[in-house]
Amino acid sequence: MSAAGLKLAFPRARHMLPGFHLSLGFTLFYLTGIVVIPLLALLLRPYNLGLERFWSAISTPRVLASLRLSFGMALFAATIDATFGFIIAWVLVRYRFTGRRILDAVIDLPFALPTAVAGIALSSLYAPNGWIGAPLAAYGIRIAYTPWGVLVAMIFIGLPFTVRTLEPVLNELGLDVEEAAATLGATRLQTILRVVLPSLLPSLLTGAAMAFARGAGEYGSVIFIAGNIPAVSEIAPLLIVTKLEEFDYAGAAAIGVVMLAASFVMLLALNGLQSWAAKRR
Amino acid sequence: MSTQSQTRSDRNPTEDPLWLKLLLGILAMLFIAIVLLLPLTLVFKEAFAQGVGALWTATTEPDALAAVRLSLTAAAIAVPLNTLFGIAAAWSVAKFDFPGKTLLVTVIDLPFSVSPVVSGLIYVLVFGMQGWLGPWASAHDIHILFALPGIVLATIFVTFPFVARELIPLMTDQGREEEEAAATLGASGLGTFLRVTLPNIKWGLLYGVLLCNARALGEFGAVSVVSGHIRGQTNTMPLHVELLYNNYDYVGAFSVAALLAMLALVTLVLKSLLEWRYADELAAVHRH
Repeated sequence: MSAAGLKLAFPRARHMLPGFHLSLGFTLFYLTGIVVIPLLALLLRPYNLGLERFWSAISTPRVLASLRLSFGMALFAATIDATFGFIIAWVLVRYRFTGRRILDAVIDLPFALPTAVAGIALSSLYAPNGWIGAPLAAYGIRIAYTPWGVLVAMIFIGLPFTVRTLEPVLNELGLDVEEAAATLGATRLQTILRVVLPSLLPSLLTGAAMAFARGAGEYGSVIFIAGNIPAVSEIAPLLIVTKLEEFDYAGAAAIGVVMLAASFVMLLALNGLQSWAAKRR
Repeated sequence: MSTQSQTRSDRNPTEDPLWLKLLLGILAMLFIAIVLLLPLTLVFKEAFAQGVGALWTATTEPDALAAVRLSLTAAAIAVPLNTLFGIAAAWSVAKFDFPGKTLLVTVIDLPFSVSPVVSGLIYVLVFGMQGWLGPWASAHDIHILFALPGIVLATIFVTFPFVARELIPLMTDQGREEEEAAATLGASGLGTFLRVTLPNIKWGLLYGVLLCNARALGEFGAVSVVSGHIRGQTNTMPLHVELLYNNYDYVGAFSVAALLAMLALVTLVLKSLLEWRYADELAAVHRH
């Protein structure tokens, strides 16, 4: 903070290096053209439409069902990803075994694999004649083409977020508190659940929030497996696409505004979580 | 490793008991195998389901080649532009102080939290016939939507933060002293960047470009909204996969998908190599 104050007192020192105006100018120009103006085109849409038409476009049962599905299943998936993300990060950071690095690299697969590829793979895997779908079908359980298919795809897409936010924190976590807990007579499981887990909470929530945000907006990996039955397994992003194909721009924009508003809220929440995590470290 | 007494006080207190290690290890492996590895295996198995010949035919037929060409073209425009932007943004944020810096960094990250479909939608709202610039573009016979420019714009948007978010923390960490010394000694701005900054950030830059490129070639949702799905013309590789799959051409769909999966695997290998070999020269988040 004091360094910044010093810089303000001597404004010339700011321009010791060349290229400030050029680099910041290009940054702002590019950012405005590619991101800010197009986003404004969406955000201002409800005002162009009139708020009444906006609300009536949002409050149809089909739209509400799709929003409930996208956000509800994303929350469910984020919870599962947080649970298994913790277990996987723990195993990868704390245990030493052959193949650990390969396993660690594999975690990023959902980031690298195009979502359409993941989508058709998951769909074939969980279809009633698929590797996983067939055995489940014998017990009368159907995953593909039901809302559970949406969940499966969102779990896939969100997993790296929880593992990757936990790993560096687990690495930095000192062993002294765990030793102290053990000395005071806590069992290992008690130590993990009551000492380690609480200090990981901010990062765990950050990872889960990222997985949730990604899952709620996810399109490519979900649409193949979901079956896309209106009001049952139709996600909100797909309904935007459907409305665009019907040239219902107002309807598409209305859902888009809701999704975008949710993104802003998540971004704020994430910033809050991260500064909390930084303070706890 | 004493073998005589296995009392609790003897064991390292921060080491998990064997039963817990086994339980968590097996849970982690099972989850990774089912959630991540099984879908990947299935892609290659289905691609080779009818032999290498069918795979070759599916990936070399004209529409598939057109899709490959379009994907490569879009990435070849989007990735250099976002790289240039990433460098400019990181230079201004890391080397200078100005009000609103935090806001700027937040806005740069914004495209990551926007749904891919919304990313496509915003360009439809700008350039569509009911959009801000649509009537103007149409009057001047400029085709943006359902053509290459729209696909490029959507690709730029979804890959926007990759290079910048890699370079900003890295260059902030490295400080300004070296560049300031070079400037004091009379080096030009470009000379300072090329000879002082670039050698320090080259692996981080490569890392960002690698991820940016992978996402650019694989983007589906955003491109799907603006492409118009014209077979052989505005279908990128992922869109071609969708088209084949929806036409029940599973071998074809999985063949092109296998091509994309190979690309993803190459990306993962290169990314891991960078993380292991050059950990110190990447942003702090990747050092594990």
